[in-house]
Amino acid sequence: MKQDYENTNPKPLAPGHHPGPLPTDVREPGVWDDTPEAINRRKFLTQLSIALGGLTGVALVVPVAAFIVAPLFKETPIVWRAVGDLNKFKVGETVQVSFDDSSPVPWAGITAKTAAWLRRTGDSSFICFAVNCSHLGCPVTWLPGARLFMCPCHGGVYYEDGKVAAGPPPHSLFTYDTRVNNGQVEVRATGVPIPT
Amino acid sequence: MAIIKGILGWLEDRTGLGAAVKPVLDHKVPYTNWKTGWWYVLGSAVLVAFMIQVISGIALSTSYVSSAGEAYNSLKFITDEMIFGNFLRGMHFWGGSAMVLLVGAHALHVFIVGAFKFPREVNWLSGVVLFFTTLAMGFTGQLLRWDQTAYWSVIVGADQAARTPFIGESLAKFVMAGNTVGGATLSRFFAYHVFFIPGIIFLFIGLHLFLVIRNGISEPPERGEAVDPKTYRQRYHDLLEKTGVPFWPDAVWRDAVAAIIVVLGVVGLSIFVGPPHLEAPPDPTELRVYPRPDWYLLWYFSVLALIPPAAEPYVILGGPGLAIVLMIILPLIANKGERSPLRRPWAMGFVLLLVIMISTLWITGLVSPWSPDLTTKPIDPAVLKLSDAQTQLGAKLFYEKGCQYCHAIDVYGPSDASQPGSPRVVGGARGPDLSTTGSRLTKEQIVVRILNGGNSMPQFGTLLTPPELDAIVAFLQTRKLPTGEHQQGKANEVEVSTNQKK
Repeated sequence: MKQDYENTNPKPLAPGHHPGPLPTDVREPGVWDDTPEAINRRKFLTQLSIALGGLTGVALVVPVAAFIVAPLFKETPIVWRAVGDLNKFKVGETVQVSFDDSSPVPWAGITAKTAAWLRRTGDSSFICFAVNCSHLGCPVTWLPGARLFMCPCHGGVYYEDGKVAAGPPPHSLFTYDTRVNNGQVEVRATGVPIPT
Repeated sequence: MAIIKGILGWLEDRTGLGAAVKPVLDHKVPYTNWKTGWWYVLGSAVLVAFMIQVISGIALSTSYVSSAGEAYNSLKFITDEMIFGNFLRGMHFWGGSAMVLLVGAHALHVFIVGAFKFPREVNWLSGVVLFFTTLAMGFTGQLLRWDQTAYWSVIVGADQAARTPFIGESLAKFVMAGNTVGGATLSRFFAYHVFFIPGIIFLFIGLHLFLVIRNGISEPPERGEAVDPKTYRQRYHDLLEKTGVPFWPDAVWRDAVAAIIVVLGVVGLSIFVGPPHLEAPPDPTELRVYPRPDWYLLWYFSVLALIPPAAEPYVILGGPGLAIVLMIILPLIANKGERSPLRRPWAMGFVLLLVIMISTLWITGLVSPWSPDLTTKPIDPAVLKLSDAQTQLGAKLFYEKGCQYCHAIDVYGPSDASQPGSPRVVGGARGPDLSTTGSRLTKEQIVVRILNGGNSMPQFGTLLTPPELDAIVAFLQTRKLPTGEHQQGKANEVEVSTNQKK
């Protein structure tokens, strides 16, 4: 019996020497116990093995996939971040400010920060532009002499109100909400603006 | 000798490894001569480059810290302090470069000789997966350098993903692993680069090689020998019987030559050129940055810069999408017929177009004329030799109002042929060179242009006071060709008409 079984192994691969597809069924009649009970038993064991294998897979994949994907669905609580004393900012002046992201991980290091362009427009009113160009997200620079924002990647230019002046950007610069709280200017840290 | 033979004999008896490998080594492959044979080394050369990547990558991972706060410092340490650290980083960069280059060359060769046709369709499809995973390794690998460019590349990547309809925002958040680029981002990219993507690559290399053995290496194409699925296998079989040669060593020796060339090339570049320079740390508050992709994606950077903004929503997603779809359907719709490039003029025309397109975009990307030069410095008034106060003010404003970021100017003037020590031409290449604009445009034309701007130029109408405008115009009018070489006339009309179209 054992000898027969070994003989039914497919031959080693010999490329170019098998014009047809590989044989899929190598079982020759008479090799196996072909009584109905034996066939039923094999059928059951096949289904059992596939079911158990599937279950094992699910048991492994579900927690792992959940671990990997879950953080992406977690809503980050958005917080206000102070960027400086109200008196520090002169009306009409555009300055770079930086603040911590809403919920940085402890090992984020300097990448926990976000930069923005802040301009005091009145007594207690501010406008805060994201640094990210609306084209592909590169950081725009404020040119005080020209009163323009300019992007170093593809030459996008914005007027001082954030509207597109030239180049490829599809829309105005994104803005963050601002407020004055206890003499501090605060910016709502909503993260990197995602153009949609 | 007898002892070694005994040990080997025992091992073979207990494992059967030799018996398993021998048919692979002995299997017949089509005879190739010196003209056709060398092209077949490209595939194995990619594999060699991949092995370099695995080995150098494992070595680097022993010291790299995949934490957003520490990655940069650990790379600095690897580069500056560790023995062979700089060399290994170079090896990983140049090995990756070789892999991208060779995988592209391999795919192109397979396309040119029609080796993707029956029965090798799945060879090609598994190769498509390997092609794109290789590019993905390039992109994720550049990010692990975790310097300024890496930081901004993640954002640029996320912003491109964000253009996807419906799921764009989720995709962008997936790329950044949150709503900002921070601690979670790098850890994830590390996992992609070191576990996920290499896992896929290993799997598909296994399938790819299995299929190479199973379907046999394609024979050099002959004109008039069209592939017919009904007869091809028999014909290939007969060809091997008649003129086939054993894979080992008749075909392998060329692969061995190619392997040593790849390895020596990578080692040489690592020693003499070294790894890419580590830029400043990934500080999001440092905004004077000039993010550029590594060379293998530079041509795509050019695409994004040069397409009309209105076409962007389609190109950013449709471009790569179309490439993937075309590569997948290719072997499914074109799996029979002539393989010889001499009988496939459309396919060869396409190859020519592709090569010209990508090389042109590449060269343009190296210059990046669309990027303003934010590093340009004010021009030294002494060099300009301007006599009156108004033009001197104009030169100053030319810098302060941002003109010089986009417009180049010959500071000595074209009439001065002397070769001074400092660079003659300053400013960016985004807009036209204004060195001779005084000869090309009248005062009114210059004024109209400045006030109204254009597609790539802001309207300075509200940004300049009348005296400032006058000063800049006066300064530009001093930028002239030497007397006698005036170009006014036809050129002006062209300039003005494009002006008004915009």
